[in-house]
Amino acid sequence: MKITFALNGRETTWEIEPVETLLEALRRHGLTGVKQGCDTASCGVCTVLLDGKPVPSCAVPAARVDGHAVLTVEGVPEKARAVGEALAAEGADQCGYCAPGLVMSLVAMEQEPGPPDEDKIASYLAGNLCRCSGYASQSRAIKKYLGGKP
Amino acid sequence: MNEVGKSLPKIDGVGLAMGRPAFTDDLAPREALVVRALRSPHPFARLKSIDTAAAEAMPGVACVLTWKDVPRIAVTRAGQGHPEPSPRDRFILDEYVRHVGDEVAVVAADTAATAAAALDVLAVEYEVLDPVLDFEQADGHASVLHPEPEAHENFPIGFEPQRNIASAYEMHVGDVDKVVAESEVVVRRTYYTQAQQHVALEPMVCATWLDLHGRLNVVTSTQTPWHVRRIMARALDMPVSEIRVNKPRIGGGFGGKQMIHGELLCGLVTRRTGKAAKMVYSRREVFTATNTRHPMRMEITLAAHPDGRLRAIDMQALSDTGAYGEHALTVFMVAGAKTLPLYNKVEAVRFGGKTVYTNHAPGGAYRGYGAIQGNYALESALAELADELDLDPVELRRLNMIAEGETSPIFAIMGEGTEGVAQTIDSCKLPECIDRGMELIGWNDKFPRREAGPDRVRGVGMALAMQGSGIPAIDMAAATLKLNDFGSFNLLIGATDLGTGSDTILAQIAAEALGVATDIIKVYSSDTDRTPFDTGAYASSTTYVSGHAVRKAAEKMKAELIAEGAAMLGCDPQAAVFDGREVRGPGGAISLEDLSTRLLYSRNQKQLCTTGSHLCEKSPPPYMAAFAEVEVDLGTGKVDLIDYVAVVDCGQAINPNLARVQVEGGLVQGIGMALTEDVRYGKRGALLTRDMMTYKIPARQDVPRITVELVDSHEPSGPFGAKSVGEIGIDTPPAVIANAVFNATGVRVRDLPLTPEKVLMALRRTQES
Ligand code: FES
Ligand code: FES
Repeated sequence: MKITFALNGRETTWEIEPVETLLEALRRHGLTGVKQGCDTASCGVCTVLLDGKPVPSCAVPAARVDGHAVLTVEGVPEKARAVGEALAAEGADQCGYCAPGLVMSLVAMEQEPGPPDEDKIASYLAGNLCRCSGYASQSRAIKKYLGGKP
Repeated sequence: MNEVGKSLPKIDGVGLAMGRPAFTDDLAPREALVVRALRSPHPFARLKSIDTAAAEAMPGVACVLTWKDVPRIAVTRAGQGHPEPSPRDRFILDEYVRHVGDEVAVVAADTAATAAAALDVLAVEYEVLDPVLDFEQADGHASVLHPEPEAHENFPIGFEPQRNIASAYEMHVGDVDKVVAESEVVVRRTYYTQAQQHVALEPMVCATWLDLHGRLNVVTSTQTPWHVRRIMARALDMPVSEIRVNKPRIGGGFGGKQMIHGELLCGLVTRRTGKAAKMVYSRREVFTATNTRHPMRMEITLAAHPDGRLRAIDMQALSDTGAYGEHALTVFMVAGAKTLPLYNKVEAVRFGGKTVYTNHAPGGAYRGYGAIQGNYALESALAELADELDLDPVELRRLNMIAEGETSPIFAIMGEGTEGVAQTIDSCKLPECIDRGMELIGWNDKFPRREAGPDRVRGVGMALAMQGSGIPAIDMAAATLKLNDFGSFNLLIGATDLGTGSDTILAQIAAEALGVATDIIKVYSSDTDRTPFDTGAYASSTTYVSGHAVRKAAEKMKAELIAEGAAMLGCDPQAAVFDGREVRGPGGAISLEDLSTRLLYSRNQKQLCTTGSHLCEKSPPPYMAAFAEVEVDLGTGKVDLIDYVAVVDCGQAINPNLARVQVEGGLVQGIGMALTEDVRYGKRGALLTRDMMTYKIPARQDVPRITVELVDSHEPSGPFGAKSVGEIGIDTPPAVIANAVFNATGVRVRDLPLTPEKVLMALRRTQES
């Protein structure tokens, strides 16, 4: 079946399999920033924004995005670079497999009005698991990243 | 030092955050066939028949393979050196399946949907056999997991398949029984540790294809490219020279990717079809069909003088290796080898036992590698002894622990699968680690417990730990440094960066030895065709072993630069120096940029290329003192971790940020093992924890305040004073948290993980008695 949607701001038409998840369709089309981790919406490495809201793309049927807007890490290279640099400055980027999903959750959080407080950070990032870093360094990096922004 | 000791950013971090193609699945050929395995629903069965006709007839199916199609060559998928200390008890596919999730057959198809449909129509008739599900009943069980005549040990490891024994080991120094009999204080306890899953967020994934020469190319998420190549060659019955293995970025390993996973099946499909193939494990397959930490039963006897001086330690263990003997012997031995030397002043010490087969998913390498099991048992038992003697547990450690300038006979006796190597401890900052840790946790104010409200109580606990730095006399690594025009270098290393940052720290070591800035060192790693050899990323070896190889290559390069620079300047090399920017002689100087460019284009042209290779000669342990405060809800048994403090001696940290995060990440995995993570099976052998909803790894909100500090230390045998740091972080949480729970509540749970149910049951039992 065919779907037409806005992918990273560009109108895109894809031929997809009816059973495919959004994660599978994105990866099949070369969007390598979207990772497969758990297949059960439990780890956050496949996080993308669907109409501005963070979703686990492994739990979204590709067919569902027809007519909608999908944003992946490939669509926010400047943000991704800035977050990546902040993580690297703290040694918080270990294998990096979780990083693009983390970037997308941060992008979603920053779209909300008002400055991010601890609670907001915690709730936006709760679903982004990391098995390497132990989180402390990520928290240090995220604080600096958010603090250092205009 | 200029480059070593700096927290430089990891060289790949930004690209990874941007999602650039870097991992195996990102790089697999787009046209690759999708390889999927049919997995056993039974813990133990013989395959009476497999009807593949319907699957083979499906359009889009490239091949269907069963045990009848594979070479009958026994291998181990352990991913260790040659010859492996694990039994060769596995085939690419076999007539028997030995755990739920074991491979029955494999299909390759043009799409994932076709592959799934083909799996559905495979008709298998199983002869269901009586499984061995309790590791304490495995020895002497009527069912024998490995009766096949081809299964064998490569050298004596105590392999007795008729008794379901994968390996056995005994050692002793002095007469333990006699010392125990004579001792005034004796503590005997039994502890159980559970199976833990690595849960690297990137699942196992590999891809294979034939290049224009017809050679089998493999890109795979592995910790051990050279072992993958060697074991694939054996299993597929082809020459090593016809295989190239490359590890790109990998999404975490923790030991789970030391083993071989889809590579054999994928390679077989490519050989059969001539087509590119790829196999991506689902998370369920990661749980059912890869490895776990070996569960163990540890029986400990401590004998001591009334003043707390230890006289003897006896550690007898039983380990469950599941269906296959991957790392059976070596994980077992490390449970003793990397714990017992901590207390080197005993008159007698004994360690032994066996590793048995059961119809569970196989055991395997997992960060800590036996040391965490041994640490939990030994450091818990020491706390129990301190309690019995009414001594502060910190004092008990101080009285008995190893110190700089000392040794332990265990270093020479116990290696990994073989004898060890004698060594004297040249760096051990445990006294400093303890002092600083006590200060950070507030030990003197908080030990042993404080009320924290109605029905809530807080307690503190502590433990020490050691690990190693590579496997002495076995681990070998090499590095090549190549000079480019306009003054940059390629550093080609076999070492395998799992996300630890080893590419970065090895570049720092090269830069330090050369005297240049790290950013002119361009790293390429882990490719069996294009980089020199390295045994792989395991046993905390990379910084210490590969680091030395890099240092040697860089020192040779520096000497060559000086010699060539001096020749161009027309001076004696003895009179010339290289300061990182230019070679300077008495009469002038030439910049690195000019020198390198002239060397390739205009004067006395030649390629400067140096190789360093290093055999690990000793294995200086990193050390740690760890402390935690917990709060226990006496009504529910729930343990909340409040604070965790770890002070580490890893020698000179090459990159302090990355070293610290290694420890922080290890701690959180260890906390998972202590409190929640538990691979569980149903009564009939089916895996109950098959996804990340039923198997919970710590999430951001589960993690307490963690304070990690590195003490000043310098290991004389290490590259620029470094020891390794990859594993030690994981070792302490089970013992520290169990000890803190005991100090808080007076109850001792000797069976991991410390779930609220177990703690509550123990609380009820003490209330009743
Ligand atoms: S793969 Fe989608 S949340 Fe884990
Ligand atoms: S850095 Fe590896 S999962 Fe987060």
